[in-house]
Amino acid sequence: MTNDVAVLGVGMHPWGKWGKNFVEYGIEAALAALDDAGVDWQDIQFVAGGETVRNGYPGYVAGSTFVQALGWNGARVSSSYAACASGATALEAARTRILAGLCDVALVIGADTTPKGFLAPVAGERWDDPDWLRFRLIGATNPAYFALYARRRMDLYGATQADFAKVKIKNAKHGLHNPYARYRKEVTEAEIAASPMVADPLRLLDICATSDGAAAVVLTSLDYAKRKGASSPVRVRAISTVTPQFPNTVIEMPNFATDSAAAVAPPERTFMDSIAHACYDESGISPEDVNVAEVYDLSTALELDWYEHLGLCKAGEAEKLLNDGDTTLGGRVPVNPSGGLACFGEAVPAQALAQVCEITWQLRGQATGRQAVLPNGGAPTVGITANKGLFGHGSSVLLTK
Amino acid sequence: MPATQVPAIAGWFTTDDQPHLLGTRCTTCGTVFFPRAEGFCRNPSCRGREFEETALARTGTVWSYTDAQYQPPPPYVAATDPYVPFALAAVELSDEHLVVLGQLADGTTVDDVKVGDTVELVVEPLYEIDGVEHLIYRWKKVSA
Repeated sequence: MTNDVAVLGVGMHPWGKWGKNFVEYGIEAALAALDDAGVDWQDIQFVAGGETVRNGYPGYVAGSTFVQALGWNGARVSSSYAACASGATALEAARTRILAGLCDVALVIGADTTPKGFLAPVAGERWDDPDWLRFRLIGATNPAYFALYARRRMDLYGATQADFAKVKIKNAKHGLHNPYARYRKEVTEAEIAASPMVADPLRLLDICATSDGAAAVVLTSLDYAKRKGASSPVRVRAISTVTPQFPNTVIEMPNFATDSAAAVAPPERTFMDSIAHACYDESGISPEDVNVAEVYDLSTALELDWYEHLGLCKAGEAEKLLNDGDTTLGGRVPVNPSGGLACFGEAVPAQALAQVCEITWQLRGQATGRQAVLPNGGAPTVGITANKGLFGHGSSVLLTK
Repeated sequence: MPATQVPAIAGWFTTDDQPHLLGTRCTTCGTVFFPRAEGFCRNPSCRGREFEETALARTGTVWSYTDAQYQPPPPYVAATDPYVPFALAAVELSDEHLVVLGQLADGTTVDDVKVGDTVELVVEPLYEIDGVEHLIYRWKKVSA
């Protein structure tokens, strides 16, 4: 009995600012994924939509909206909201339905149109909403939280702004030939240093933009994949959608404070560490086995945090891993070969699925111009994704081929 | 001069000469919550439903810090036009074992603090609406 499911098809709509409705992006990604899988829309039994919740914004009905736009086919439907992790939560809905034997073939779609500038909370007077209150009472934007983590790396581990810049330079280089990336241009340290400071120590080019975009995955049982002629498909080995354990002692967006550890000792792992750990635990695969990773580089410094949270190195050693070239294409474990959020900009409910698309292309050896390669010259065999959003949402997907 | 001053939010902090943050403590397990939690204890192994108000420590150590060089979007209300950047600090309170995020006191920049510095709670004007000054808690560096 295996708990694996097959990634039979993946597809994306290029990231950017295209001025269209999120549904149009989602449809393009879905059609690309169906074509990649060789599956007809009419054969899809379950549609899982990743959604976002923003005021005056139509992401509320993501699952059925996509079904209607592709043409009602009677498929069962679900909608998942988990902030930046929405795509992975939708993927998990499809995986569990397949593993339960309730369906063989599912289509998972995440799509977004994101407003320019700082992501802002829902409008109106919302005195019971911490996401509203943090702007009103202390002016704490998303980059402010990223900057707290970045500054702590500097004061604790001796990280420098030059280290952060190297992450951006690396990711800009990785994404140069990615047809789905919005920004395809090399960046120099001087350009980063000359970009305006947003939230000290993070400058504009350290922080990811917001984008429109869409990604879709056709997920099937292994039997179904075999019937379609895919005897060795990319497999989802584990999905993590864990919440924190009490007390969560690291300050998180959009909160004003951490949990108190006065009465209960902190858990063995921080929330960030627990996200990928759940995937390793579920799959029996170790961090040392990982060949390639896509992580949520909301800021350059956050990518360094992820190296440690994924177990690619010990706490405080991420700068060394970066500077040794281990996480650059050609290195031991390339991170963000797609170019990451640095080249894409964030399209919230699509982003976790975009990571799965990229890892799928990497494991198939189809990531033209940005392909990770094993020492033996082959394509990587183990890839992991990681992301984290507001309100205690995080996700990780572990894939193998 | 504004005629009146009110806390920007009720029940989060006192406004006396030695201001405190106000949290709640679960009477069953002793866990402290800020902002105040009521109704049901968030310690997963506790079924406590009773809370007492508790004043948090006035001083703490800087866990990390940053600033806001761009004016945050609404509902942030800028106190001045043009906008003047402010700094933020996440501050660890040792007795309560929690970290509280707040702005740094007026005039403090990121160059004035580092991780581990001692800061104390102050209350300062955040913005003014219709002649009423709205107050907020902030962290102020304690001079060595």
